Amino acid sequence: MAKKMPEMEEYKYGFHDKDVSVFRTERGLTRKVVEEISKMKEEPQWMLDYRLKALEHFYERPMPQWGGDLTELDFDEIVYYVKPSEKQGRTWDEVPAEIKETFDKLGIPEAEQKYLAGVSAQYESEVVYHSLKEDLQELGIVFKDTDTALKENEELFKEYFGKVIPYSDNKFSALNSAVWSGGSFIYVPKGVQTSTPLQAYFRINSENMGQFERTLIIVDEGASVHYVEGCTAPVFTTNSLHSAVVEIIVKKDAYCRYTTIQNWANNVYNLVTKRAVCDANATMEWIDGNIGSKLTMKYPAILLKGEGARGNTLSIAIAGKGQLQHAGAKMHHLAPNTSSTIVSKSISKQGGKVSYLGLVHFGRKADGARANIECDTLIMDNESFSDTIPYNEILNDNISLEHEAKVSKVSEEQLFYLMSRGLTEEEATEMIVMGFIEPFTKELPMEYAVEMNRLIKFEMEGSIG
Amino acid sequence: MSGSVLEIKNLHVSIEDKEILKGVNLTIKGGEFHAIMGPNGTGKSTLASAIMGHPKYEVTEGSITLDGEDVLEMEVDERARAGLFLAMQYPSEISGVTTSDFLRSAINARREEGDEVSLMKFIKQLDKDLDLLEIDQNMATRYLNEGFSGGEKKRNEILQLLQINPAIAILDEIDSGLDIDALKIVSKGINKMRGENFGCLMITHYQRLLNYITPDFVHVMMQGRVVKSGGPELAKRLEADGYEWIKEELGITDETVEQNA
Repeated sequence: MAKKMPEMEEYKYGFHDKDVSVFRTERGLTRKVVEEISKMKEEPQWMLDYRLKALEHFYERPMPQWGGDLTELDFDEIVYYVKPSEKQGRTWDEVPAEIKETFDKLGIPEAEQKYLAGVSAQYESEVVYHSLKEDLQELGIVFKDTDTALKENEELFKEYFGKVIPYSDNKFSALNSAVWSGGSFIYVPKGVQTSTPLQAYFRINSENMGQFERTLIIVDEGASVHYVEGCTAPVFTTNSLHSAVVEIIVKKDAYCRYTTIQNWANNVYNLVTKRAVCDANATMEWIDGNIGSKLTMKYPAILLKGEGARGNTLSIAIAGKGQLQHAGAKMHHLAPNTSSTIVSKSISKQGGKVSYLGLVHFGRKADGARANIECDTLIMDNESFSDTIPYNEILNDNISLEHEAKVSKVSEEQLFYLMSRGLTEEEATEMIVMGFIEPFTKELPMEYAVEMNRLIKFEMEGSIG
Repeated sequence: MSGSVLEIKNLHVSIEDKEILKGVNLTIKGGEFHAIMGPNGTGKSTLASAIMGHPKYEVTEGSITLDGEDVLEMEVDERARAGLFLAMQYPSEISGVTTSDFLRSAINARREEGDEVSLMKFIKQLDKDLDLLEIDQNMATRYLNEGFSGGEKKRNEILQLLQINPAIAILDEIDSGLDIDALKIVSKGINKMRGENFGCLMITHYQRLLNYITPDFVHVMMQGRVVKSGGPELAKRLEADGYEWIKEELGITDETVEQNA
């Protein structure tokens, strides 16, 4: 219909700044590299032992043969640890100028002033800036980078670290366990509720860099927390790797929401293991937005271990040219009257591919459990793909499970309707796409919703065929 | 300032190589209300869609101009911004987009950047129009047409008509599926538009609508053409006697476009 085709803009966060790192390990993954990382961090012996065991497991474990194509991922070419500066800043003034500039460009300090309770900014392997509002500290909330938490809260750390996701879970959890650095550690004490979100921001700056942050969140009985993370990386000609592990423990009657807006450049392999465990009447929510990357393989999981626990996963994935978003969700109903919902929204365009891979498991004890799965896909053109692969494992008769899958195209009738009211084809398409992901954006904090809409608009430019 | 002029001359329209309209001539001026009547399958809705520029319909011959400008050269959205409006028989559902957001975008599409309608002004006018059409306030926050009843969809089309305030509107079977109360309300909305700057083309099967909105001109379509035109008395005659007498008068046995004349 419309003749004009807007120019495709470049990835906005694709800039990279001067390398100011003070230390980096050699390329490739050896025992020596792992020892070096641990030594740099002055870790206790048990952590080094854990890392080395994980490394052995990583070597032994074959590459996954499902999901996306990992053959181009060369573990020998990656730099596993890059230390960007000597010390962590408590105020922005203490952050090295070059790095501060990067985060200024990304709008981080501004965001903190406006609406965040605490901020953590990770550059390459280490957290370079960290702050938590005083009133939250007084409530006993711990929000630190994971390395500092290991030093200062070792007992709490040891009790939970690696318990939800053991290193032996999969090849990439083993990799992360061997070389992890940075990430967020959060502890919310019993009954403490926070309304403003805590945020972490992850930035890769170097070529062929691997970022392996490790996040551990413990929400004690009756407490609640909302954690938000955002990620970007420069565009390089060779690939980078982001392989995080996120472990969350939500105790009785507690609530945790974990919101991710991942906007990696499209040469980043994003292979992430995320899992939460819920005790009785606890609620866990994954709000997961996957826009960039070359390949994402990510299936946030929730183990509903206590009676009446609830799990929600709401995700969107957008795949453009040369991208595969292999994303999904896992729900394990292990106790009576547990309930879960999965809403997966995906958009493929310009030859991109989105796959939903999901598992809903009902254990023998899951009497009265309920699960609801909804997968919606919007395909923008004839070159793009989508598939939906839901697995259900049901070991108890007394459960209910609903699954709905819908694939749609932006229809000629919808476009005609909106254009007949004066909207251009571009505006009309954008409106349909925004409407499609509205169930996701409405769950984001206001400022993120605005940013998200901006990102989607940006992604959609030039995608009208 | 007097109203716009929509001029349709010898319009031939095909869908998938099958000719539906076979030379329609019609002129609608600001201040005039026209009704096009006719049995099913005679090309009435095709005329409406072709004027608005639906991509499925191909104009093979003839012309459409609005105030002398070639409408056929315009994209759908350009036609809308030039002053045309089509109230659709089956409006699309747009999930996730609230009716009020959509309306505001439609209004702003007609305004320059930086000169967008102010939120307060927009809400004030919207409330007024919702009241006039006896639409529940919550429709503004519901997703556009999603889960709307047939009657709600029609009212929503008229709400858009009032909000957008076009120069020439085509109403495609705006009365279908409405009960008598809803029909009265919808008619009230349409009558509100009357004025020398507004021209209207109503497409309908039934005289019923014309009891509430008196047309200045009535046209009968058969076999993809306007075969008879007259004043409001023509509609009354059709109501009383049906279409058979016209067919007899013109020697038509099959009035649909299937029939090649």
